[in-house]
Amino acid sequence: MTTAPAPAVTRTAVITGIGVAAPNGLGTEDWWAATLRGESGIRRVDTFDATGYPTALVGRVPGFEAADHLPGRLLPQTDRSTRLALAAADWALADAAADPAALPEYESGVVTSNATGGFEFTHREIRKLWTQGPQHVSVYESFAWFYAVNTGQISIRHGMRGAGGVLVSEQAGGLDALGHARRTLRRGSTFTVTGGVESSLDPWGLAAHISGGRLSHVDDPTRAYLPFDARASGHVPGEGGALLVLEDAEAAARRGAPRVYGELAGYAATFDPAPGTGRPPGLERAARLALADAGAEPTDVDAVFADGAGSPAPDDAEAAALAALFGPYGVPVTVPKTMTGRLAAGGPPLDVAAALLAIRDGVLPPTVHVERPAPGHRLDLVRDTPRELSVRTALVLARGHGGFNSAVVVRARRTP
Amino acid sequence: MSALTLPDLTRILAACAGEDEATDLAGDILDIPFADLGYDSLALLETAARVEQDFGIKLTDEAVATLETPRGFLTAADDALRQAA
Repeated sequence: MTTAPAPAVTRTAVITGIGVAAPNGLGTEDWWAATLRGESGIRRVDTFDATGYPTALVGRVPGFEAADHLPGRLLPQTDRSTRLALAAADWALADAAADPAALPEYESGVVTSNATGGFEFTHREIRKLWTQGPQHVSVYESFAWFYAVNTGQISIRHGMRGAGGVLVSEQAGGLDALGHARRTLRRGSTFTVTGGVESSLDPWGLAAHISGGRLSHVDDPTRAYLPFDARASGHVPGEGGALLVLEDAEAAARRGAPRVYGELAGYAATFDPAPGTGRPPGLERAARLALADAGAEPTDVDAVFADGAGSPAPDDAEAAALAALFGPYGVPVTVPKTMTGRLAAGGPPLDVAAALLAIRDGVLPPTVHVERPAPGHRLDLVRDTPRELSVRTALVLARGHGGFNSAVVVRARRTP
Repeated sequence: MSALTLPDLTRILAACAGEDEATDLAGDILDIPFADLGYDSLALLETAARVEQDFGIKLTDEAVATLETPRGFLTAADDALRQAA
């Protein structure tokens, strides 16, 4: 006989703080304003000579001087991805008016996702290894490269020593982190920092993206990444992402959190069947499960932030999933990623931030550069300019390379 | 090989493990524990590796693990230098 698990405590998880570092804006409000203006951060890489690279378009976070944001002690031990993450975490905490020192140390945790680790740092240390010898490799390489390093550094910096973790499922991981953070709240934590921030645009990182075979080779920043367009040819890699403060609603009210952006109402993840089995891909099922988790129907959804892979086959699959869920032209769909490129695990949390601000401001950010929607998709794509719309419930979709599908439902806080 | 001085050590510490705006490494820090200066065991391993590269003074990882203050570091470096001589 087995012991029945304790019934899950249904606690409401709310987002009370947002921190953003994105290719089209540093800081939440700068990024959001640029996003509503349709400003793209995709441009030719200018941090190294990319002659000989088949493509050199990237979404790089502009104007980030780590020393302006972090104590000197952290600089020698952090990759750019972690520096961006630490800054975004600071901003999210400030936005939530949360003083980590005043939070219960073991009820506060950090759950992030990361798909690429610390590329630039590692590139430098590997170069030292082969040109100067192993004695010259930084001891900090031991963790600076690591997928878990953002969780660890944020946790150490703010003394958030409760349940934490790191999820690695490429792009989908950005939503999986949020789902797991909510799980920690249901298990007794009250406060989490969660999301994802990435960076891998150094010479080695970009080479790795290229070898993945999914980048567009179109050399025009306005033509390279065109999800759901008849000319879709792959994507552009970017860096950055978002970190969110996700906390128990009652605890947030008790500590006097100044605002609630919305509720993390639903989350689900599925895995695609092996190729050749003939079974359908799992994105639609992830969306249905997330909606069920939120107690919502497709008709409750006011907007979808799509994964937007940017290649014909996965775009067709996502459009088919959306048509099955909502019917042709059944719901406004947008891909603000067209202004940043795909940020691996940083992208979906940034979409969640956009969904929350869409709820706040009653406006959907546009999908840019898509001039010729693929015939047959039958999507109500929000193109070029923002669309004013009262948004109460939004669905955010993400797919990670290798078969990961995740979906999140965010919802305006019900007025008590 | 040459002797390691306090200014050498603080310069290398700052280069290897960063400098805290709150701590004045140029002050009288000889007997202040590394922990209070904000340097952990990894910072000291990194510093010891750089000292070996720049000064040819080799401290074992085990020896580095026992170092508690800048004075202790300099003494250990002196000892290692004498033994090598």
